Amino acid sequence: MNLRKASMSAAAALALALTATACGGDSDSGSDGDSLTIGIKFDQPGLGLKTPDGKYEGFDVDVATYIAKEMGVKAGDITWKEAPSADRENLISNGDVDFIAATYSITPERKEKVSFAGPYLMAHQDLLVRKDDDSVGSEKALRDSKLKLCSVTGSTSAQNVKKDVAPKADLLEYGGYSECLTGLENKAVDALTTDDSILAGYAAQKAHQGKFKLAGLSLSDEPYGVGIKKGDTKLQKQINDAITKMVDDGSWKKAADKHFGPANYEYDDAPKITETS
Amino acid sequence: MSDLSVLYDAPGPRARARNWLYTVLFFALLALVLWWVLSAMADKDQLTADKWRPFVDDSRVWTTYLLPGLLETLKAAALSIGIALPLGAVLGIGRLSEHRWVRIPAGVVVEFFRSIPVLLMMVFANQIYAQSTDIEPEIRPLYAVVTGLVLYNASVIAEIVRSGILSLPLGQSDAAKAIGMRKWQVMCFVLLPQAVTAMLPALVSQLVVIVKDTALGGAMLGFGELLNQHREITANYGANTIATFTVIAVIFILLNLLLTTFASWLEGYIRRGKKTTGAVVHTGATDDMGFDEPLGKH
Amino acid sequence: MFDFLDQYDLWDAFWVTIKLTIYSGIGSLIWGTVLAAMRVSPVPVMRAFGTTYINTVRNTPLTVIMVATSLGLFQTMQIELGGGDSSETGFRLAVLALIAYHACFVCESLRSGINTVPVGQAEAARALGLSFFQVLTLIVLPQAFRSVVAPLANVLIALTKNTTVAAAIGVTEAAALMSTMVENESDVILLVFAVFAFGFICLTLPVGLLLGWVSKRVAVKR
Repeated sequence: MNLRKASMSAAAALALALTATACGGDSDSGSDGDSLTIGIKFDQPGLGLKTPDGKYEGFDVDVATYIAKEMGVKAGDITWKEAPSADRENLISNGDVDFIAATYSITPERKEKVSFAGPYLMAHQDLLVRKDDDSVGSEKALRDSKLKLCSVTGSTSAQNVKKDVAPKADLLEYGGYSECLTGLENKAVDALTTDDSILAGYAAQKAHQGKFKLAGLSLSDEPYGVGIKKGDTKLQKQINDAITKMVDDGSWKKAADKHFGPANYEYDDAPKITETS
Repeated sequence: MSDLSVLYDAPGPRARARNWLYTVLFFALLALVLWWVLSAMADKDQLTADKWRPFVDDSRVWTTYLLPGLLETLKAAALSIGIALPLGAVLGIGRLSEHRWVRIPAGVVVEFFRSIPVLLMMVFANQIYAQSTDIEPEIRPLYAVVTGLVLYNASVIAEIVRSGILSLPLGQSDAAKAIGMRKWQVMCFVLLPQAVTAMLPALVSQLVVIVKDTALGGAMLGFGELLNQHREITANYGANTIATFTVIAVIFILLNLLLTTFASWLEGYIRRGKKTTGAVVHTGATDDMGFDEPLGKH
Repeated sequence: MFDFLDQYDLWDAFWVTIKLTIYSGIGSLIWGTVLAAMRVSPVPVMRAFGTTYINTVRNTPLTVIMVATSLGLFQTMQIELGGGDSSETGFRLAVLALIAYHACFVCESLRSGINTVPVGQAEAARALGLSFFQVLTLIVLPQAFRSVVAPLANVLIALTKNTTVAAAIGVTEAAALMSTMVENESDVILLVFAVFAFGFICLTLPVGLLLGWVSKRVAVKR
């Protein structure tokens, strides 16, 4: 019994120590002018993807490269780092990356820990269905439907489905989108739901062309921002200026057409910059 | 009871005929299940060449994803095994110490780290390294993964070592003490060498767990090990999830088979060596969890 | 500091974890015993099956087995195990995967337990004319079980923690709730991890200590 008590208090002490250290993180960010480390997704076609050639491509990558160029960093001097969803805030506050462009929606909770620049893209939760499937016509139909939906475990989209988008639907959750796509092909699920930008990336892939389509519903607003260290207003302004310039000179539209075009995804125009301080 | 043939009589002509019948029935059933699985997969287009071909004719799948992933897995596994084995031995011996101030802390460490999910330990380790050391961010996930694996597996190995030593007949340490050996001499020259033989199979089981558990750090910490590569492969080659998982599983199985085959060779080698000195432990708690037990020796 | 927990049902999530542990614990014990019996049986094809099963399943990462039940059995073969909706099906598939995986470890512990039973016991039983099945169930296994309570406790602890892998196929247990909280509460992310680490300590530590005590009580004195 002694042992158990001792272990319990050790656990509590560990937990406290960890949270205490977590709050005091203030290491320097590694921005030294001629090179940058940028966090992206490695497994998100159309947004951030590591290709078989070992290169990186996607809309997030193009935006990040443009920002880097405006900051005076050549594309060759960028180090790309994988930013898994659960690790994004820590990567920033630990100073492992200079900024993150990885399907990173701006939310009040996230702003407690990091700051944002942008947004650079307005995504909406949507459904991806098989090409010949027209059963999901409107938001209302979805709310009463008993469809089999699929999404990623714990994601905002999955939570939305349970709460208000389609509470009656049968929601299947997986660790990643690929499992859902296999289910969609197998007809084990009726639709994959998450941000339309992510869905468009999958639908635009060569292996998937002509198989799937977007339902075209806007179930939520997901403004994608560039995550930066909390309170770094100088970097925020630099990035905001870069995004504004990218939109103005047409590179933004070119990048969006390149990555989302093949999916017939009608992306929103570039959103207004909201994150200024 | 290492020779399990004591459990039953040698098969006579009727038993042998019956065994043949069982074998034929079993393979017929296996073929039926296999046919059923394959036809279901074909029905769902899971066997189309598009999904499997990349692993054969696109060498980049291997050079960009699978082989670098395998390398990371091997690195993490080798480091963890190298550190966890001696640490586990020390903890296990510590739990058997006669001094309370050694025994109790060792016990607390073992029980505590055995109880926390390894993934969470990796996340905490990553955070501690980020806050209080200046390990390069590129290599930090590897450190975190190794730390988590070492803490957990050293605890489990400590338990194995302890039960291995406890399984030895009391007479061994009594005899050693009687000829005037010191406590550390009893442990190093008498108990440990015999216990190692008894616990080797259980140890190997644990090493296999280490190799597989390197996969835990992938999704959370961005550690590019083998299993985690399936996300990038399926994102590039059209959601060929089943094919990718199959290929990765086969690599893991082969890797672990290599490990267990080597270990059972080592076990036999040690046992043969021991036979000449006459010190064979047959009553070990984890005795003879052999992996490649020769089949059909009856 | 812990007020963010109010909007989540921690108990519900851990209850699913406990249910997963209990069902798959019982299942692995049964299937593991059957596998062990196969591996020592007089029928060569059963021994071959047992060995192949152990060498394949034990060497595969649990995540792969878990996803294989969902993608393979559920999606492709359309086996729902009578689950009805996908969350119930997911739960049953997860139990199945956990049993398939942990039965290997139960089997191997049990086999080492069989090795600790003195040869004379089985020989005496056979001399009395007992069949293989009787020798195993009446004489050998009861003694073997008593000597492997501690290794089986290790398997149970590992099983409890491994239930977290079920989140990969959408079972709403503790790890799934953790991903939800990680997604929503990014400002207190380490606190979230600490809460779950503590939850698992509460589940596994008493089990480990209790079974450690039991193993000493029931051990065969030789």
